[in-house]
Amino acid sequence: MNCRVSARTDLAGFRCARYIACRRVMADFPDARSSHIKHIPMSDLTFTGYDPEGFRDELFFDDGTPRPGSRLLIDTINSLPPGELRIRQDAIEAALVRMGITFTVYGDKSGTEKIFPFDIIPRVVEAFEWQHIEAGLKQRIRALNSFVHDVYHDQEIVKAGVLPAAILQNAKSYRPQCHGLNPPHSTWCHITGTDLIRHSDGGIYVLEDNLRCPSGVSYVLQNRQIMKRSFPHVFSESRVRPVMDYPSRLYETLLHLCPNDVPEPKIVVLTPGIYNSAYYEHSFLAQQMGVELVQGADLVVQDEFVYMRTTQGFQRVDVIYRRIDDDFMDPLAFRKDSMLGVPGLMDVYRKGHVALANAPGTGVADDKVIYAFVPKMIKYYLNEPFILPNVQTYICDDADDRAYVLEHLDELVVKAANEAGGYGMLIGPHSTKDEQAKFAELIRTDPRNYIAQPTLSLSRVPTVVGDHFEGRHVDLRPYILYGKDIWVLPGGLTRVALRKGSLVVNSSQGGGSKDTWVIAQTGHSLPTAEEAL
Amino acid sequence: MLSRVADSIYWMARYVERAENLARFVEVAMNFSLDQPDSGVEQWEPLIRATGDDDEFLEACSDFSEANVRQFLTFDGDYHSSILTSVTNARENARTVREAISSEAWEQLNALYHFVRTAAGAGSAMSVDATFYDAVVQYCYHFTGILDATMTRGTGWNFANIGRHLERADKTSRILDVKYFTLLRHVSDVDTPIDDLLWSTVLRSACGFEMYRKRFHSVTVERIADFLILEDEFPRAIRYCIRQVQNSLLTIAAPVEPEVNSAILQTNEMLDDLNGLSPRAIIQRGMHEAIDSLQSRMNQVALAIHDTYFAHRTFPGPQMQSLMQSQTQLQSAGR
Repeated sequence: MNCRVSARTDLAGFRCARYIACRRVMADFPDARSSHIKHIPMSDLTFTGYDPEGFRDELFFDDGTPRPGSRLLIDTINSLPPGELRIRQDAIEAALVRMGITFTVYGDKSGTEKIFPFDIIPRVVEAFEWQHIEAGLKQRIRALNSFVHDVYHDQEIVKAGVLPAAILQNAKSYRPQCHGLNPPHSTWCHITGTDLIRHSDGGIYVLEDNLRCPSGVSYVLQNRQIMKRSFPHVFSESRVRPVMDYPSRLYETLLHLCPNDVPEPKIVVLTPGIYNSAYYEHSFLAQQMGVELVQGADLVVQDEFVYMRTTQGFQRVDVIYRRIDDDFMDPLAFRKDSMLGVPGLMDVYRKGHVALANAPGTGVADDKVIYAFVPKMIKYYLNEPFILPNVQTYICDDADDRAYVLEHLDELVVKAANEAGGYGMLIGPHSTKDEQAKFAELIRTDPRNYIAQPTLSLSRVPTVVGDHFEGRHVDLRPYILYGKDIWVLPGGLTRVALRKGSLVVNSSQGGGSKDTWVIAQTGHSLPTAEEAL
Repeated sequence: MLSRVADSIYWMARYVERAENLARFVEVAMNFSLDQPDSGVEQWEPLIRATGDDDEFLEACSDFSEANVRQFLTFDGDYHSSILTSVTNARENARTVREAISSEAWEQLNALYHFVRTAAGAGSAMSVDATFYDAVVQYCYHFTGILDATMTRGTGWNFANIGRHLERADKTSRILDVKYFTLLRHVSDVDTPIDDLLWSTVLRSACGFEMYRKRFHSVTVERIADFLILEDEFPRAIRYCIRQVQNSLLTIAAPVEPEVNSAILQTNEMLDDLNGLSPRAIIQRGMHEAIDSLQSRMNQVALAIHDTYFAHRTFPGPQMQSLMQSQTQLQSAGR
């Protein structure tokens, strides 16, 4: 990769970005630096002697030499003065506390707040790989969107015999209330966060599709902001593609949905409130888009439209980016005991007087049994071969698969069809006989609700562990926006299982995050200064 | 602006102002007792009297010792207006409206919260010295300065301005009321020479000592009343504060015309009251009575603001609130 050419093509833009980044380091971290310096044990956090230990490593080849996109980063880190990297990592953590990017541990009365752990070593994705991922995700979202539209209309896919009727009928996240809905432009899933993993065979696989309210994108932006401060130089030279335009892309996506003919559509973000673990993200996105952050009680339905209560009286709302589950959105349509929703919202939506992103009902595609059919959906709706494969999935509802799963519980990962966040899971190789027996019983009682997958060897990225680096397993969640076109954020949330050997990357289960660097293609011009910021 | 957001911004500003004033009251009292260990003037009880929450204090504590009073006003998490509670509430309010205030302001308030919480976690109020209270005051000034320097003079800033000045007027009136009562038991003493040192604590508590000196030089009760209640230019005087409230209310676009806007009408009436007062009249009528009537005016202003701008939503009761909280946490847990 020719770094010099790239630096020249867009010198002005990057100089500007770097200047700002440096200035922020000076302004933000002086205290953190001086107060931490005396506690730093003089260790050398370098990659000398780093060993991928036979795992697929995202930064190194098996023989321990750096992959091309990572070389500059690795050289830079190796050349830092002793202790410097630790100082930067500590400064980052102090900055996160100061910025209040923290969450309260549920049920902790003393008000202890924690930051989501962040690791300073990024995951690097080479340009050619990203091309493949991006094409695969776009294809997948087109198929999934067609699927959701189909299941709430004529269910052609069932009639064609591609998806068994029983599987659809028994999907807990199927919402009969959504039957016959016609969202603007027939787009249902406007914001998606698909979880990808890389297996030891080097291939990228889709682990799950999150079509409801995928969270984490604010951490992508925050991680990037922080990394730009820490490694401004490596950044521009490595030709990392920018992610900071996500909020404006999201805004465009939402604007595209506006069903009402008004000069300045009113867009809002609907949050369940400050006790939600993703509240920071809701508020961050509203702030970055310059729109109101509302709670259910701020909205009211009157005369077939949705209004918000303002100091000047009631004001009409056109588009709602809702970060609240279907179940709680409207007590008249879904859960009657919901205190968080807006009574009558679904009626207004059905009449086409307000747009919702994502459309209600998309969760049906998150069902892990239905997930297993996505490759077939791609063939059925698009008549194309799939680009990104699924992880091999055993459907416990199928007698043969079930028999196999029950025989091999100690090797497989078993998942409940409707759980998220790493809950309701059995990781065979790490489980006890008792846990396996419990899951065998669960599977026999309710086979429709379980699937199993081989225990994958997730790829690893070097991660700061005390005074040295060790490989830790990662996954990757890119974000896809479906507005006028389909756009994939170049990057995404790299989640890392911080516990040694652990494969569970969820933040609720000891996971942390890393920045994700997608390298720009050689020969392609880098983005303008404005985009880079 | 959303009514809920305006409400939260208003309370955020009120709580920060409350914390700042409390911290200064305590700091001034500590300072004074160092100067005058044997003055015979009780420094600590009046601080509790000034809060108006004597009953709550006496439920928690047996006497008005420095340790009890400072702990109650500084770190008592069960007392609804301690420095710790005020700062926590200010931050909780800010958290619900983070997108409506500047990031810089949020970070400052967040830093104040962590500062007070860490101190509270480290020991009782007797383990912190005057520098702690000084620091709290500085944090609050800094926060207020950031709000002023970074926020558009739109609806949000104006509600913060209203909250800040109503709270400040309330605190100035309370400290004056209580000090007057403790320092001057008999109205006939008004014209007798007074203890300069003692009375200057009243001015210091309202952060007005230096400004007062510039204006009047020598300390008399009448002039103090004039300066803290009727002054038009001193930013902690009651009249100044209420004028700020009036200005902000007139700037905020309201759901109704000014002629029928009860918040504006109440504020105008209060200013009329103040315009009709003279320092002499206040003292002759009785300081306590005068302040009492000003306080009930302020309460009416606050109520009218609430009814006009915030109230067209029904607030859920505590039971519903805990249900809401559990449903909120259930949402997308760990997704």
